[in-house]
Amino acid sequence: MTQILMPALSPTMEEGKLAKWHVKEGDAVKAGDILAEIETDKATMEFEAVDEGRIAKILVPEGAEGVKVNEPIAELTQEGEVSDAPPARAAAVAIKVETPAAKAPLPVAPKSNGHAAGLEIPEGVEMVTMTVRDALRDAMAEEMRRDDTVFLMGEEVAQYQGAYKISQGLLEEFGERRVIDTPITEQGFAGLGVGAAFGGLKPIIEFMTFNFAMQAMDQIVNSAAKTLYMSGGQMGCPIVFRGPNGPAARVAAQHSQDFSAWYAQIPGLKVISPYFAADAKGLLKAAIRDPNPVVFLENEIVYGRSFPVPKMDDFVLPIGKARVIRQGSHITLVAHSISVGLIMEAADVLAKEGIEAELIDLRTLRPLDTDTVVESVKKTNRIVTVEQGWPVCSIGAEIAAVVVDQAFDYLDAPPLRITGKDVPMPYAANLERLALPTVDEIVAAAKSALYRN
Amino acid sequence: MARAEAAAAAENDVEHRPANGTNQDPAAAARLKAFYRDMLLIRRFEEKAGQLYGMGLIGGFCHLYIGQEAVVVGMQAALKPEDQVITTYRDHGHMLACGMDPGGVMAELTGRASGYSRGKGGSMHMFSKEKNFFGGHGIVGANVPIGTGLAFANRYKNNGAVCLTYFGDGASNQGQVFESFNMAELWKLPCIYIIENNQYAMGTAVKRSTSEVHMYKRGAAHNIPGEAVDGMDVEAVYAAGRKAVEWARSGNGPYILEMKTYRYRGHSMSDPAKYRTREEVQQMREQHDPIDTVGVRLVRDGIVREEDLKAFDRDVRQIINRAAEFATESPEPGPDELYTDVLK
Ligand SMILES: Cc1ncc(C[n+]2csc(CCOP(=O)(O)OP(=O)(O)O)c2C)c(N)n1
Ligand SMILES: [Mg+2]
Repeated sequence: MTQILMPALSPTMEEGKLAKWHVKEGDAVKAGDILAEIETDKATMEFEAVDEGRIAKILVPEGAEGVKVNEPIAELTQEGEVSDAPPARAAAVAIKVETPAAKAPLPVAPKSNGHAAGLEIPEGVEMVTMTVRDALRDAMAEEMRRDDTVFLMGEEVAQYQGAYKISQGLLEEFGERRVIDTPITEQGFAGLGVGAAFGGLKPIIEFMTFNFAMQAMDQIVNSAAKTLYMSGGQMGCPIVFRGPNGPAARVAAQHSQDFSAWYAQIPGLKVISPYFAADAKGLLKAAIRDPNPVVFLENEIVYGRSFPVPKMDDFVLPIGKARVIRQGSHITLVAHSISVGLIMEAADVLAKEGIEAELIDLRTLRPLDTDTVVESVKKTNRIVTVEQGWPVCSIGAEIAAVVVDQAFDYLDAPPLRITGKDVPMPYAANLERLALPTVDEIVAAAKSALYRN
Repeated sequence: MARAEAAAAAENDVEHRPANGTNQDPAAAARLKAFYRDMLLIRRFEEKAGQLYGMGLIGGFCHLYIGQEAVVVGMQAALKPEDQVITTYRDHGHMLACGMDPGGVMAELTGRASGYSRGKGGSMHMFSKEKNFFGGHGIVGANVPIGTGLAFANRYKNNGAVCLTYFGDGASNQGQVFESFNMAELWKLPCIYIIENNQYAMGTAVKRSTSEVHMYKRGAAHNIPGEAVDGMDVEAVYAAGRKAVEWARSGNGPYILEMKTYRYRGHSMSDPAKYRTREEVQQMREQHDPIDTVGVRLVRDGIVREEDLKAFDRDVRQIINRAAEFATESPEPGPDELYTDVLK
């Protein structure tokens, strides 16, 4: 008897829905037969048998949601002569090794409405909860409806609906003229986008991930960012380069890295990196309308998180404004993108020890809203910056320099930086955990800045 | 291992066995048997990797080679030990064909200290200097100039070695591939470009991404000879491989082989597979499976009996089960490993 376990079908999957059984009890199956359809937040996938045998028992009924990875879903009796290692043992091995998810649960989305204190969302607007993924899609769809010169181009954006499902439904609504699948030629289609922008269009260029934008770096930096300047203001390049940036889960050194500081250094670019769904929507709409080249850095792990978004016909946010997401008087914690979730968690831990942290979500990295940061430091006198990127020449390094420059007399402790470690991302689960910034590190840094060790 | 065996067998291989039946050439028979076993090893390895992924023991991206086994096994048999191999992230088969240890490869997939990269590289990034295997590269197209550079070094040192540079149909559109072709022919570099045309790049069928779908013609603009090969037929691959290797080794410059092949599984583990039909996959599996085809030939030609094939399978499964055990029981790398190997 072999137990068939709920499979993990993607790097970030922890549970899924058993959408449909293709077999019933008593059916004979052979390797390659479809057993069931499994639905994750990214896609619905068919799940195949790897062994032959007979379905003895179905343990999880069709339609069951939230089925955890590795939970037994059916039992198979085997009649084959050559059998694999005994299943009981295999299952035991699975338990012995913790997946990263089991060890360090992802930060939980905030319960409180982070926008309540914000000035940017008009009073009394109804809020709807949606994922960052849907917010980004809606932003593009709304802008495409409003302006025929806006188009989306990239690998797998059309027929496949986006490698991370950000462009779901766009091909259907806007057609092949405006939602375009490209060959795998980043330098080529990024440059083509720049040319199209020179020619009067407003391209949204999706990089499947920003790891691959390195192939297009020359076009982003040398062509998109500099042409306005080099042409004495004649030319402009209204283009958005967007896609997931920053460490994902277990995909190792070439696919797991944060380029925030790279782009933030380039004059002629705007750089946005939101965390919340409302910011993702309002800022992406602003980016598409902006007459300048904008690098819009998303995060794969954040795509599936849900937050409130104002229900408005046209919600656009200003680029270049950080947001104080929580007031506090003892210490300032600054972050962007997924690290915002970390500082929120850290603030909860600190609050239990009587430390009130003020939290700033940078949202835009260029231009950097240093006023908001400096003002906060003048109040709290201490600052810890948090980011996924490497420490050297990081966003935190820039903020520390600005704070020392503009609020030196207010500081009661040196500015501290929590970053990804100064190494390529390792693959092994335990090393990957060590390479990434953690809540514990943030809490420890905050306490050390308060001399409370 | 297949390399040496097959190379020895090739010495006395005058022509291919007659189509109608008894293949009595012992060298050719031995070679065909070795092909069968080597392909089976890759197949079973990949099936196991898929299982371990499903159990959460392998993380991240994991690109299986199932269906494409004939390409790497046939090509490898045309090489000498000093020749090099470089490929993409779909690399497990290439490593096994290069003679790398299945336990060490599997342990890298599970992120353990005993893996080829000591757990730091994972599925897409593995290397073996000893076996002249230069990776495992995650960025589509990036390994092509690197393979060209290995060939450059061969020419520079005049060491007689050739480099096999593998990449996909999708990768073949990357600009750096064309740049490499130009330099390789310009400088007559001993590089064999093997386009593994499995007809899809993730969810994009070749005809949706590529203006000239006959990829073996890609070299024409650079005067590089090219050839389309039935990549589901290991003997056809081997024959084409020998010819290309001979061409490059004799100082004629690069050669392009377009292998028509097929991947049975999804692109990586999370692939909704809406871009092709079940029937298409099923048809390939049932009518063109590279392993089954050779199995049938072996029995038909009286080289082995049906029972022998089963015995092969048992042996291979045992090797793979041992590899999986090794890979799940080995410890994770020590925390100190985080900061090692950044610089020499
Ligand atoms: C430069 C770059 N762009 C995009 C990707 C994402 N990606 C990984 S594999 C792949 C498809 C490649 O297809 P192909 O070259 O045909 O090889 P196959 O996967 O079929 O073996 C893509 C788009 C990448 N790894 N690198
Ligand atoms: Mg392909």
